[in-house]
Amino acid sequence: MSNRAPAESPARGSASAAIADNRQKLLEATMRRHQYRPDALIEVLHKAQELYGYLSPQLLASIAHSLHLPPSRVYGVATFYHFFSLAPQGEHTCTVCLGTACYVKGALEILSALEAETGLKAGHTSPDGRLSLLTARCLGACGIAPAVVLDGVVIGHADAETLRARLHALLAEAPVAP
Amino acid sequence: MDLAELHAIAERERARRKAVRVLCCTSSGCQASRSIELLHQLEAAVAASGQDETVGVASVGCMGFCGQGPMVRIEPANLIFERVRPEQAPEIIAALAGQPCGVERGDPNHPFFARQVHVVRRNGGNIDPERIEEYIAAGGYEVLYRVLHDLSPAEVIREITRSGLRGRGGAGYPTGLKWATVAKSPGERKFVVCNGDEGDPGAFMDRSILESDPHLVLEGMAIAAYAVGAHEGYLFVRGEYPLAIQRLTRAITQARKLGLLGSQIFETSFDFKVEIRVGAGAFVCGEETALIASIEGRRGQPRPRPPYPAEKGLWGFPTLINNVETFANIVPIIEHGADWYAAIGTEKSKGTKVFALTGKVRNTGLIEVPMGMTLREIVEDLGGGSPDGTPIKAVQTGGPSGGCIPARLFDTPVDYESLAAAGSIMGSGGMVVMDNHTSMVEIARFYMAFCMDESCGKCVPCRVGTVQMHRLLSKVAAGMATPADLEQLEQLCHLVRETSLCGLGQSAPNPVLSTLRYFREEYEALLRGEVDASTNGKP
Ligand SMILES: Cc1cc2nc3c(=O)[nH]c(=O)nc-3n(C[C@H](O)[C@H](O)[C@H](O)COP(=O)(O)O)c2cc1C
Ligand code: FES
Repeated sequence: MSNRAPAESPARGSASAAIADNRQKLLEATMRRHQYRPDALIEVLHKAQELYGYLSPQLLASIAHSLHLPPSRVYGVATFYHFFSLAPQGEHTCTVCLGTACYVKGALEILSALEAETGLKAGHTSPDGRLSLLTARCLGACGIAPAVVLDGVVIGHADAETLRARLHALLAEAPVAP
Repeated sequence: MDLAELHAIAERERARRKAVRVLCCTSSGCQASRSIELLHQLEAAVAASGQDETVGVASVGCMGFCGQGPMVRIEPANLIFERVRPEQAPEIIAALAGQPCGVERGDPNHPFFARQVHVVRRNGGNIDPERIEEYIAAGGYEVLYRVLHDLSPAEVIREITRSGLRGRGGAGYPTGLKWATVAKSPGERKFVVCNGDEGDPGAFMDRSILESDPHLVLEGMAIAAYAVGAHEGYLFVRGEYPLAIQRLTRAITQARKLGLLGSQIFETSFDFKVEIRVGAGAFVCGEETALIASIEGRRGQPRPRPPYPAEKGLWGFPTLINNVETFANIVPIIEHGADWYAAIGTEKSKGTKVFALTGKVRNTGLIEVPMGMTLREIVEDLGGGSPDGTPIKAVQTGGPSGGCIPARLFDTPVDYESLAAAGSIMGSGGMVVMDNHTSMVEIARFYMAFCMDESCGKCVPCRVGTVQMHRLLSKVAAGMATPADLEQLEQLCHLVRETSLCGLGQSAPNPVLSTLRYFREEYEALLRGEVDASTNGKP
């Protein structure tokens, strides 16, 4: 969730096509390792999301086909678990932990400050695809609450001001070329 | 692999060790405070000061004082340094050569350390969790050897039963009894499953054990498998714990390479294969039948019990499910004997328990204490009380299934029965301290929102009831509720508790009921409109 790869960008030119190809090969290898067993579905979805950044309808359909499962079953599992994302995530992700310890130490105020700063509601991605503002139910970093994860890096003893500044700096950087 | 080889590995490891060891915590908590950078700086400082002959730097697991990380400890002098910045590394290393050191030292005799009893966390912060040799040098896998060669499965189960160990996943079911049931259940195949889902927000005991001492859990699982007659195991770990997954994966590979897992372990006929399953983010998957569904690749929805997993579990075969901390207790129990273990703790709650002490308390982190220690000792002595002088109001134990215990009951001993009598539960070990700035209605609403989001949707009382209870709590918090709403809330609590399918729904009303029991005046003040609703009930 926090360390998701940036969203899949539309294949452009031969370099991207080669990457796409490679991802498919890696996914295929994972399924082969599990002997295409239907009970490996969650493992396969984990791998697919790691490779592609999110689970597109086409990806889910092809996984269903490979594992000989009805698409409804694959879709049902993909939507049940919070970890799986059916839409592309932003280039950067900022996850505010809302576990109990962080909550008691003011995580909600941090979240509101970030919502105000970015104009995003928690759980949403900016229209330009640059940032997703997310929340988590406990990252297990309660000892250093409140905790926020910025692009996969956990920040402990977080405070709204510093985070606002870091987000601002991050978004001021040039976007990663597609 | 035989005993002589195991001892040879331990011997080589001890010989390799330098006289002075600088231990740097690289578990998740400290990593978030730049401890990897610190580790590299410490290594560079040792090399630069020409002390590499006598001083060794090691990356170790969690020392427990996560709130003060990064933590560094120096052995054998037992010097502790807290909140160390990477640039302070040279100064710490220079001090080892007798130079004055300006870096502030922690106090190893502080009750936070001194009052702990380490059984499952004995290697935490002492060994490098990524090197099996260090675990072996600390006596690792010797108990498994003894079990396979000297004890029958029935003898192992008898020892665990006699120890009085109860499941650390929350419900406190006697572990020996569960093992005996699985051992008795007929099945072509049997499974051992370790529950590392740890979904309770505010808890990180299992994460820390898995990150700091993965082999202790693996060895415990192997012993359990031998005792119940299983040859296959799964370790189910939350997807939110990437470091734990990485260290476990490495630990399994290393153990397999040495023949400590896999086929014909220690040249006996005992085989045990373990696989990791990564959770996909659903609290309900911590419930054992939902966990089984998830391992089978399905939606994590619980099913009615009986049949219990001990009779019909994974793919319909008898399955032993225990919590991470439960498995971590096995090796020490067999090693030191059931009597030794049973001498720790209270009459009905034996041994130690690991707690994640967090919230409005000075010392946050992980503590392992004997059962029966009072909440007051934990919060005031180990925790050091309130960080800013604001009076402490309550302690929450058991997460979304537990309750809030008010400060006036802080002399309650922490054991399964006493916590239940106080309207909470032991739970998995989350302990969140709340002060007078925390609104109890808000806390109840927070947990209800959690249960509402996490309800799997299979049974109506939980799916609909949590939404309605949350709606009523929001109304109370906003100062819009009437006494009739409060009455309806209480009725719903009892209804959902009695009619839900699984533990999630059955216990979802607990935070509401316990805050109503002890902090009813906060609800009633809001009903009377006495507290400014715009501050969400905060005074
Ligand atoms: C909603 C719900 C969540 C649970 N979450 C966990 C968990 O995260 N970890 C855990 O060990 N047990 C959890 N349990 C308890 C398990 O169902 C099971 O009792 C436990 O893993 C058995 O192990 P033990 O006997 O060693 O405690 C949960 C139960 C419920 C009802
Ligand atoms: S994570 Fe370093 S002391 Fe706990």
